[in-house]
Amino acid sequence: MYGCLHAAEPESAASLVALAQRFSPRVEATAPDTVTLDIAGLELLYGGPHEIAAALARTAARWRIRANIAIASNPDAAICAARGFAGLSLVPAGDEARFLGPLPLEALHPSPEIADLLARWGIRRFRELAALPERGLVERLGPEGVRLHKLARGVFERPLVPLEEPLEFVERLEFDYPVEQLEPLSFLLARMLNTLVARLGSRALATNELRLALKLEGGGAHERVIRMPVPMLDARVFLKLLQLDLEAHPPQAAILGALLEAMPVKPRAAQAGLFIPLAPEPEKLEVTLARLAAVVGEGNVGSPELLDTHRPDAFRMRRFGEAASGAPVACAGPRMALRVFRPARPAQVAVVKDRPVYLRAEGIRGSVAGAAGPWRTSGDWWTQTPWARDEWDVALADGALYRIVREHAGGRWFVEGSYD
Amino acid sequence: MGTAALRKHLETITGGPFAWRSWPETELLPTGIPEVDARAGGLPRGALTEICGPASSGRTSLMLAAMARAGACREYCALIDTAGVFDPRSAAEAGVALDRLLWVRCGGDAEKALKAADLIVQGGGFGLVVLDLGDTPSSSVRRISMTSWFRLRRAVEHTRTVLAAVECIPHAGTCASLVLELRRAEAGWSGAPGCSRLLEGMRVEVERRKPVGQLRASFAALAVR
Repeated sequence: MYGCLHAAEPESAASLVALAQRFSPRVEATAPDTVTLDIAGLELLYGGPHEIAAALARTAARWRIRANIAIASNPDAAICAARGFAGLSLVPAGDEARFLGPLPLEALHPSPEIADLLARWGIRRFRELAALPERGLVERLGPEGVRLHKLARGVFERPLVPLEEPLEFVERLEFDYPVEQLEPLSFLLARMLNTLVARLGSRALATNELRLALKLEGGGAHERVIRMPVPMLDARVFLKLLQLDLEAHPPQAAILGALLEAMPVKPRAAQAGLFIPLAPEPEKLEVTLARLAAVVGEGNVGSPELLDTHRPDAFRMRRFGEAASGAPVACAGPRMALRVFRPARPAQVAVVKDRPVYLRAEGIRGSVAGAAGPWRTSGDWWTQTPWARDEWDVALADGALYRIVREHAGGRWFVEGSYD
Repeated sequence: MGTAALRKHLETITGGPFAWRSWPETELLPTGIPEVDARAGGLPRGALTEICGPASSGRTSLMLAAMARAGACREYCALIDTAGVFDPRSAAEAGVALDRLLWVRCGGDAEKALKAADLIVQGGGFGLVVLDLGDTPSSSVRRISMTSWFRLRRAVEHTRTVLAAVECIPHAGTCASLVLELRRAEAGWSGAPGCSRLLEGMRVEVERRKPVGQLRASFAALAVR
């Protein structure tokens, strides 16, 4: 059995869904002014269709909603009755065609072409359309004609399309006493994560973002977001990531409650292959990266990315594995590499005829056996931090090769690094 | 007792036919330097390799060449940079795929570097893991216990990962399966000494110190300028 509520005035439409949801979890928002609900099983609470309709009418009156209410054996018969008849309508099962017969065809909302054609045939009411032979209608109006014919007879069957509640994967926990240490918090988080993962798994979903909001003593809040490059569904991995993150960013007061939210996404579909090169497993890699960040600091783990500038030693750290390109890089053969001293070591350089002849710096000392330079570079003169310098490649008497630089501003010498 | 008699005796003890089984051959990752690969074959997977030598001996050139080779095979590399001396521009010039490189800077702390190496090797999935101790004071490197080296060796065993340590002198002892010692031969210059001179590169000599056996090679590393 299905019920339908049709707002008799526009201001009542907004509350229709809430009213219907008081009676049934399966509610369809058919139109802005019409809702349909599945009332199967309500007879155990209220009795027969009359009592259910009366209960709906009482609640509507209490909520000050003016609506037409209809009950029928299928959704569309209920909708037609609610739209066509004022007040309460009970469409008798098996006798829908006779009950709906007096309704005008406009209640079916036919397309303008079909409405025009039916008007020219002299068909203006449900009963006149229901009386036409179905085969003839198919031949003349096609599938739409059959649908309208069934609607007019009140026998059109379709499944209800109930409103879906927005998918939210949130777990809340209020603690009995303030939690001051991370270890007891981990047990509580594990419980919340297990529930979240089970809920995600039951809907064949995974997550790539976890949001943790901690309510702190004194009214403060501590929020952390864990983002993962691939969707995952492993409570142990999530717990480890949260633990490592909270160890790196501990809350500043005792914790009174926690809210954990997982952003649902489709799980990763990966097919392993025999000839796919060695690569870290994403789940393990996330934990490894978090552990590495805990050991050496967050800014010291990642992939280097060269910046588009001539400024020496210009790079930035990017999250590892974020944009790994599949294209192999051509091998350029052995190249002499620079080992960069960070910061550059201040040096004392003896210069004869504009060429360095002796070098002394921390851990480095010797006469210059060979030198190439100067390589004059400058840049960023249009900014607040311009730079200009002369670079020299020097070989000391012991064979070690260094890059030394002289800054134009101040004329100081530095050893920038060693060639290796 | 002859071989046949010994074999028969063993078969009576074990209760079945006795067959020798050899260890599977070690898989090697080419370094990308033909002169070295022709002699040493490459760096062994599932084992620890030490690349030793003083400053300007070509250790980093060899390391970057191996990284570039691994990257060309779409493998991921990790560099544990103890002293923070890695130059991404040099690496890019050498052909290293920077987006497949995990760079861990340890701020000069050898203890942290060891922990990082252990975490990365335990995590698995990397084709080449390099622990760069080249500019770390030898007093710090000497303090690394044999237990730590042994732990690293055990962690990398039975995997396809090459674990390489770059140092001034070898420290891992029996834990290393391959020790390559590098020496600077000569720097290559072009142009007149007075002016218009250019550092063209350097010649590097490589000697295999372990496994024992005379094996020498030399290669030229070109300057980037």
